[in-house]
Amino acid sequence: MSAELQLAAKVVELIRELAGRSAEAEVMVRHHALALTRFANSAIHQNVAEATTGVRLRLHLDGRTASGSTTVTGAQGLRSLVERTIAAARVTPPDPGWAGLAHPAALHISAGHPGSGEHSGLAFGFDEATARATPAERAERVRAFVDAAGGLETAGFCRTEYLSAAFANTAGQAVEGRTAEAAMDGIARNAGFAGAPSGLPGGASRDGVARLSASRLADLDGALLGARAAAKARATADAVELPPGQYEVVLEPTAVADLLQNFSVFGFNGKSWAEKQSFAELGKAQFDPSVTIVDDPLGSRGEPAPGLPFDDEGTPARSLVLVRDGVTQAVTHDRTSAAQAGAESTGHAAPTSRSWGPFPAHLRLEAGAAPAGGIPDGPPSIAESARPFVARMRRGLLVTDLWYTRVLDPKTLVVTGLTRNGVWLVEDGEVTRPVGNLRFTQSYPRALGPGRVLGIGAESVLLPDNWGGAHYAAPALHLASWNITGNASG
Amino acid sequence: MNHFDEAGAAVQAALDAGARYADARVMVCRTESMTARNGAVEDLGSDESAGLGVRALVGSSWGFYAVPDLSEPAARAAGRRAAQIAAASALVAGSPAELMPAPPVTASWASDCKIDPLSVPLADKGDLLVRATAAAKEAGADLAQANYSIWDTHKWFVSSEGHRIDQHIRECGGGVTAHAIGDGEVQRRSLPGQYGTRGWELVEELDLVGNAPRLAEEARELLTAPLCPAGETTLILGGSQLALQIHESVGHAIELDRILGWEAAFAGTSWLDLSRLGTLRYGSDLMNITIDPTFPGALGSFGFDDEGTPAAKRHAVRDGIWVGVLAGRDSAAVAGLDYAGSVRADGWARLPMVRMTNVGLEPGPHTLDEIIAATDDGVFMDVNRSWSIDDQRLNFQFGCEIGYEIKNGKRGRMLRNPTYTGIGPRFWQSMDMLSSETIAWGTPNCGKGQPGQIGHTGHPAAPARFTDVRVGVQG
Repeated sequence: MSAELQLAAKVVELIRELAGRSAEAEVMVRHHALALTRFANSAIHQNVAEATTGVRLRLHLDGRTASGSTTVTGAQGLRSLVERTIAAARVTPPDPGWAGLAHPAALHISAGHPGSGEHSGLAFGFDEATARATPAERAERVRAFVDAAGGLETAGFCRTEYLSAAFANTAGQAVEGRTAEAAMDGIARNAGFAGAPSGLPGGASRDGVARLSASRLADLDGALLGARAAAKARATADAVELPPGQYEVVLEPTAVADLLQNFSVFGFNGKSWAEKQSFAELGKAQFDPSVTIVDDPLGSRGEPAPGLPFDDEGTPARSLVLVRDGVTQAVTHDRTSAAQAGAESTGHAAPTSRSWGPFPAHLRLEAGAAPAGGIPDGPPSIAESARPFVARMRRGLLVTDLWYTRVLDPKTLVVTGLTRNGVWLVEDGEVTRPVGNLRFTQSYPRALGPGRVLGIGAESVLLPDNWGGAHYAAPALHLASWNITGNASG
Repeated sequence: MNHFDEAGAAVQAALDAGARYADARVMVCRTESMTARNGAVEDLGSDESAGLGVRALVGSSWGFYAVPDLSEPAARAAGRRAAQIAAASALVAGSPAELMPAPPVTASWASDCKIDPLSVPLADKGDLLVRATAAAKEAGADLAQANYSIWDTHKWFVSSEGHRIDQHIRECGGGVTAHAIGDGEVQRRSLPGQYGTRGWELVEELDLVGNAPRLAEEARELLTAPLCPAGETTLILGGSQLALQIHESVGHAIELDRILGWEAAFAGTSWLDLSRLGTLRYGSDLMNITIDPTFPGALGSFGFDDEGTPAAKRHAVRDGIWVGVLAGRDSAAVAGLDYAGSVRADGWARLPMVRMTNVGLEPGPHTLDEIIAATDDGVFMDVNRSWSIDDQRLNFQFGCEIGYEIKNGKRGRMLRNPTYTGIGPRFWQSMDMLSSETIAWGTPNCGKGQPGQIGHTGHPAAPARFTDVRVGVQG
């Protein structure tokens, strides 16, 4: 039994002692070791690590619910947490939406799961070396990234995370699990970072980016990523400005991850769906038939387990097909949204899911078929999986990354944002010139609607989320139309 | 009870392990938040967090380590670890970092608070949110939400230069939102975010229950209101939207770490070039932006920043000319500046970094009524709904919850889905009327840094008018 599960069991015992056996309680304990080595101006300037243990308690007592958490995990700290939460539950207004506790259920992990054991070579995706990575090991990858940029200015991070967690409730569910993850994300710039570029009043892209998430730090190749970012940066010189309008686009995996993130938070969120704020309509062909989207917290053959095997309500995590062959199949639920919708929890409870809704954090857009003739040759500034689409595009844009995307209307999922880290005009199958950054205002589900997806790349790339805790497996996408609404001139 | 000893032990251990400078913060934080939906409490959380974060400067790099253990042995171990982490950075070293000189300070500071928000009975706070959402529901909202948040933070700061500062900062705020859900879209009206370094009196002043029915009615009306027309026009912004405009297109742009490239890979850089500090025209003569952590009750107020620099007011833009930045001691030294004071961390487990304090617009000579009366043809917009800006803080597009036509000096039809877009300095240079009706708006959710940090910032702002602005961008 892990230290985390022992701690969770202690809190359950305290609840029984102080609130009686009728109290319903859930306890989640997380030990999180996060380390991040950050570089800018081609030197490490911030280098941080933390090791914290937190206990979260949710208590339902006499029809009323309260939650609390603490990082003070000694006997007095735990007792204080329990007493405080009991006191809060006794005076708060009634909670008619309480959906009860998860009953004991086994986790879905096994050596035969695609993301673990015999398939990945990892015990449920867990790599001890990544969990114990040192600042020197992260610095080595930064060194390689910087060197591979060949003198261009670089910036970014190398991150390792270790999470060991346990859940216990008063209904008898008690589960534990651990994960480790590594990520690297960096840019190279074909000019210095400080100050505004002369004669380029905003929007001129001079950066190239490369990023990757992995279950093993050993799988992150700083040199490869640095070279890729630098190749993109070098290809951005002398960018031109294009007018707003509808453009055919090829989105590289780094850009597609943003689509998946917005689908996740606003589209497949079971609470938003129940409240009719989501575009999702179950059983309806809302996407092109080539589109299949899966949430895979337990990992897959190519992406060993990136998440915990249970959620914050103790519900075992499992693979969930959200869109199959263009038809929306499911949204994600915690126990509250499931009760509201007359469904079962899909194992997506989080500390804030009762307020913000449960959403999937491990989305994968299924890759397309490999091109019959193999991947065409192309400059290293173009992601391999995007090359077949560039080669067949008569006129359109190749987009590396999307930035600062925000939702104008959740129901239609109209999003505005900008391109970043490299955008090029493609004419007659060739990249002809770099383009300054562009603003778009585009409904994401409409962009992937029936008949609008011209191709899906043959490789899904595992990409980290900016804020940690989520990642996205994204292939390149070739789309018929993207609504560009502004350029560097406004 | 204080925690200077533990912080001091961490600092000494870092020095002993090779750091040439070190500081440590012990923080004990209590937070409480509640949300209600459609007349019932949805979530109530009461959290406690206590720990120590120590940073050590070795060569060109900071090393930082944080632990939730407040014992002295744990503090010493954290100090050693911070120095080791900093030393590992030597593999990819830059120029040796320096700190702007600062005299050591021994001090104690607490924010003003009339009603301790944690002392208000939970039942009363819950009833308030329940009644507000019930009132909105009754007035026609399909979905009504209300919330409050309380932060109660004690900090003990010690540096290797002799600082010993403790602070007690209490913050709170809340709001209510009404949604109307149509066949193809969702409309929303809310009380704009009101958060400050104040007590529960701030939430009481919001009158959540009294405002809820109006918000619900406006949300319903928006479903059938005409779309904001597309084109270039005169734009009048309400104070809360102007606060967001300041935050995004001025506040982040004047962060010195961005200007120096330290945030280039994620948050981005800035269009501002240090060589033009003191001469660059940022906006019209009406534009006077101050950095003022002494602003009473605003969300970005404190006695000392997280490097121990005393709070002080200074101009960032004076009469339209860019004259100041948000700086820390290390970034100020690089830029050759003689002031810092804008460094804070999101809790004890995060490295302090340059953050906005209260970045606001000094009052102008007009009133909103005068501005509307002086406008023949334009659009009024208020309360932010979406915000997006490029990585140099130039090209922005913001959406608001509600708009109104302005015709012949009067407010006309309600407009739905109002948006406007522009380029920062061009936009600010078009500001030709500014109200004196300043409110210190608060932003409790400003994201920056890697690992991510959430900052609390304040933005005193009043309604203002801008000319030739592109509005009505739709998807």
